[in-house]
Amino acid sequence: MLADKDRIFTNLYGFQDWGLAGARARGCWDGTKAILERGPDAIVDQMKKSGLRGRGGAGFSTGLKWSFMPKEVKERPHYLVVNADESEPGTCKDRDIMRHDPHHLVEGCLIASFAMRAHVCYIYVRGEFIREREILQAAVDQAYEAKLIGKNNIHGWDFDLYVHHGAGAYICGEETALLESLEGKKGQPRLKPPFPANVGVYGCPTTVNNVESIAVAPTILRRGPEWFAGIGRPNNVGTKVYCISGHVNKPCNVEEEMGIPLKELIERHAGGVRGGWDNLLAVIPGGASVPLIPKSICDTVLMDFDALRDVQSGLGTAAVIVMDKSTDIVKAIARLSYFYKHESCGQCTPCREGTGWMWRVMTRLQKGDAAVPEIDLLQEVTKEVEGHTICALGDAAAWPIQGLIRHFRPELERRIAARKSQPMAAE
Amino acid sequence: MSVRRLYHEQPASFAFPPEDEAFIASEIAKYPPGRQASAVIALLWRGQERFGWVTKPMIEHVAQRLGMADIRVLEVATFYTMFNLEPVGEHLVQVCTTTPCWLRGSDDVVAACKKHIAPTQHTISADGKFSWMEVECLGACVNAPMLQIGKDFYEDIDGPTTEKILDAFRRGQKPMPGPQNGRRSSEPLGGATTLKEFG
Repeated sequence: MLADKDRIFTNLYGFQDWGLAGARARGCWDGTKAILERGPDAIVDQMKKSGLRGRGGAGFSTGLKWSFMPKEVKERPHYLVVNADESEPGTCKDRDIMRHDPHHLVEGCLIASFAMRAHVCYIYVRGEFIREREILQAAVDQAYEAKLIGKNNIHGWDFDLYVHHGAGAYICGEETALLESLEGKKGQPRLKPPFPANVGVYGCPTTVNNVESIAVAPTILRRGPEWFAGIGRPNNVGTKVYCISGHVNKPCNVEEEMGIPLKELIERHAGGVRGGWDNLLAVIPGGASVPLIPKSICDTVLMDFDALRDVQSGLGTAAVIVMDKSTDIVKAIARLSYFYKHESCGQCTPCREGTGWMWRVMTRLQKGDAAVPEIDLLQEVTKEVEGHTICALGDAAAWPIQGLIRHFRPELERRIAARKSQPMAAE
Repeated sequence: MSVRRLYHEQPASFAFPPEDEAFIASEIAKYPPGRQASAVIALLWRGQERFGWVTKPMIEHVAQRLGMADIRVLEVATFYTMFNLEPVGEHLVQVCTTTPCWLRGSDDVVAACKKHIAPTQHTISADGKFSWMEVECLGACVNAPMLQIGKDFYEDIDGPTTEKILDAFRRGQKPMPGPQNGRRSSEPLGGATTLKEFG
């Protein structure tokens, strides 16, 4: 288990003061100027060495992403945009960072912007997080007041930080949809290339990072990349805020080491599965978009990018959704299909039409009102949607269904057979 | 995607009250010159806070304020689901029913809303005080099930606590937001398993 001294978000639960005085007492804003004096290239290099992989779901190296920005600022200014549009079902970690430990994020925005030669950063907060936005704005105001950021601040890098908000659209968590939304348009993803590092917000070089990725950066740079890289397994290092929801005795958020066994995570921190470990049916280990894994895999799997990829799932946002044996597993996944249908932006035909089609078939499968070959047809359609859209929402809609068919096909067939044997059964 | 259209009855006009001018100016100032369209969500949101829902005159007014074509603002108003395009109750109750909340009993929360507000969503209660709607994941999944009223989340609820919350609002009180089962925030119920050195 991770020791408290190695935890980054020491006010994760909000038991202490979220404000500047409290944050300083916990180590924020300590030696920030010395970090900046290392220079942009050294900071990017240390972020690469730390092994931090982006915490928004895709798991791409944060340091490498930062290095894609142009090395010189020409006529177009550089921007950092922080993705706080946390909307992946199961995920509520950035919320706690913003409302309980916001100065980690504010300080991270300064350091990351400096490393990418940006003087302006926008934090895009999902519209529903109104209280969280108020606290984050207050933390930003405190940082301005104390001259930690702003023009002529004590760190010697002019830096403006603005809190921006959305108004209810899951798709704005996709980085180019987020940029469209930030520009005042519908949040529909852009074709890539060009990538945001070349043409981002307002046509300028832009990097979009998740809240957690930015908020852990100051501590990594203070304690050294070796410290962060020494936690977890190779290629899967550092600490991670996990969200454990669903059928556990004590749902919670907790910061733990990467690669902690799923079973240990649930039993140590979330009070175990309701009714005991043997009552477990399946877990969605990384937010709604990743395929579920049945108990047999949950028994031993580790919670990191590579281990979960090896079992045909993914770490995603590390949002663990636990389902016990009382769960109507088909309905649980069908509800996610409805979610993706609701949130499809409508731009690409395979997703706009496919999400609705998949949801309708899932609704029938839930009741067994289908024929067995339709399971194969559904599988085929998920493959037609996956990889054929501008952004990953199509993939995200396909994967949960593929996971269901992979691990629970007998249950789908059982429902169809049961329905057939009782053709007049009441609903 | 869902079909979202403007309401069939529209008021004649819209204007922000004078006290909103400073807010509007500060929102526009966040963005580079000529990029004032970036403030469109913030202005529509303020308009909705003032009027309760987004109207056609409001869309036209915001378009004019930001130098945008009306259609661009209409697109934004119909794309983002937090903009109400029809009248809502004094208190809009938004119940999360996505899988993490459903697993922990959001059906009971919906049932309580049906009983205490109206049998169908998007219907204003007889006393005008409430309307309710199902929404997609609000991002408080370890405190499921939950609902949002105004700016606040009410978390760790069930049927009876939902009824209690609605009753309190009906009496003009404002119950304490956050978890309703005694915990502080997202720590495990009964006490955190970590961060003990940090109190």
